[in-house]
Amino acid sequence: MSLLVRLRPWAFIAVLLLAWQIAISRQPNHLLPDPITVLGAFVELARRGLLFKYIVASLFRVTWGFLLAAFVAIPAGLAIGWYRRTEMALNPLIQIFRPISPLAWIPISILWFGVGDIAAIFLIFLASALPLTLTAINAVESIPAVYVNAGRNFGLSQASLVYRVLYPAVIPQLIIGLRITLGIAWLVVVAAEMIAVNSGLGFLIVDARNAGNRYDLVVAGMIMIGLIGLCLDMGMRSLENIRSLRWGYSED
Amino acid sequence: MSTQASNIVNAGPTAARAVKTKLRAQGLSMVFRRDGKETSVLDNISLDVHEGEFICLLGPSGCGKSTMLNAMAGFLAPTSGTVTIDDEAVVGPDPRRIFVFQERGVFPWLTVEGNIGFGLFKLSKEERERRIAYYIKLVGLQGFEKAYPQELSGGMKQRLEVARALAVNPDMLFLDEPFGALDSITRLIMRGELLRIWEQEKKTIIFVTHDIEEAVQLSDRVVVMSARPAKIQQIVEIDIPHPRDISSPRYLELRDGIFEQIGLAHKV
Repeated sequence: MSLLVRLRPWAFIAVLLLAWQIAISRQPNHLLPDPITVLGAFVELARRGLLFKYIVASLFRVTWGFLLAAFVAIPAGLAIGWYRRTEMALNPLIQIFRPISPLAWIPISILWFGVGDIAAIFLIFLASALPLTLTAINAVESIPAVYVNAGRNFGLSQASLVYRVLYPAVIPQLIIGLRITLGIAWLVVVAAEMIAVNSGLGFLIVDARNAGNRYDLVVAGMIMIGLIGLCLDMGMRSLENIRSLRWGYSED
Repeated sequence: MSTQASNIVNAGPTAARAVKTKLRAQGLSMVFRRDGKETSVLDNISLDVHEGEFICLLGPSGCGKSTMLNAMAGFLAPTSGTVTIDDEAVVGPDPRRIFVFQERGVFPWLTVEGNIGFGLFKLSKEERERRIAYYIKLVGLQGFEKAYPQELSGGMKQRLEVARALAVNPDMLFLDEPFGALDSITRLIMRGELLRIWEQEKKTIIFVTHDIEEAVQLSDRVVVMSARPAKIQQIVEIDIPHPRDISSPRYLELRDGIFEQIGLAHKV
């Protein structure tokens, strides 16, 4: 890709920012702060040490909730998918829990864990665990029988069949599932922080509004959430470029 | 017996040789049940395969020849009948006999080396590396040791799967239409390679195909199967030494005999 093509989306963003600035300066009716004021809000947050602190707080909760969910849900999902009967038994339960928004759990998580980090982490855990379980179930069920048969043919024990065939065969799909789920977890942490805690980027947004309608801080918080979400997604996406996994992502 | 003698294709006098039975299928029947309906796929099939023999199971698509191969390899339990190999009942897959599933069977997450070494986990590191190198050379994949299957052509993947099978030094190979997905030129080359390897390694091979030419070019005996439920229609001994001249009168006679047996006029 040439430099010009790479720069194109950035140029487009710059144009939008400019348009935003011009529009607000011509129509100053407080529908939105202008970009320069938002930039000022970033500087203010950074100077007060809140920017870094809130980012760390949000990432901390997402990391713990997400990792806990991965450690519980992936092995559980793999086992459920491997033993069809378990899947048939558990499927109705999973289907009932699935449409319940993680946010509906906020009152219960506060009841159980009080206002604080653990409640927020629990919400992230809930939001991540179900999609990860489903991903793992689907991943196991879509392993071509030929791989399992080949593994058995070479005399693998049940344990090494899991380690040497099942596990590598599901990794590419699991990574896609992890990436999508991390996106969900990041959406949920912001919502959880608006209610269950008093730090983090979600808290920044409600707090800025409550404490004097500081919409410049609100928009700064939103942009920060977007940028970090993008970074998380890019990080997960880079895993898809590992050479031994690439087979799982192309048609050929 | 379901085997019929034919006077069209006479096997002719075979060289007297001590034949030891490697695999014996007796009264093999297979009935699949789905949605309350029963489909009979194999009907009372008996077959003896000699040690070191190259057998082709030939029949139309969907006739049940793959089912028969899977039953002989231990992946499917027959509804009735038995399979014994070296007088031992087959109860499941075994590393002493490897099934080659077209090119689809290679593990995409392992390199060429990793695939060939897959079944060698009981060997020492040195022995494993020695065998990997030997079989990479045997199937002509030098220079591709670190390549992933995705980066190989169809023919190379096929050779890789054969190499992975041979590396564990099995005494039998089951090949299920292994060259079906290849273009006709690669297919011809692969047949030559397989014969070369077979002559070098002295394995017993059971090869499933729906290609009459392929069966006559490769095998010692062609087992012609009927449409479902599969029975053995005829067993044709191919008494032409390798390398076979595929325009010789004897080759054409045997081939045309099978064409007639299957009920195809040999005209397009």
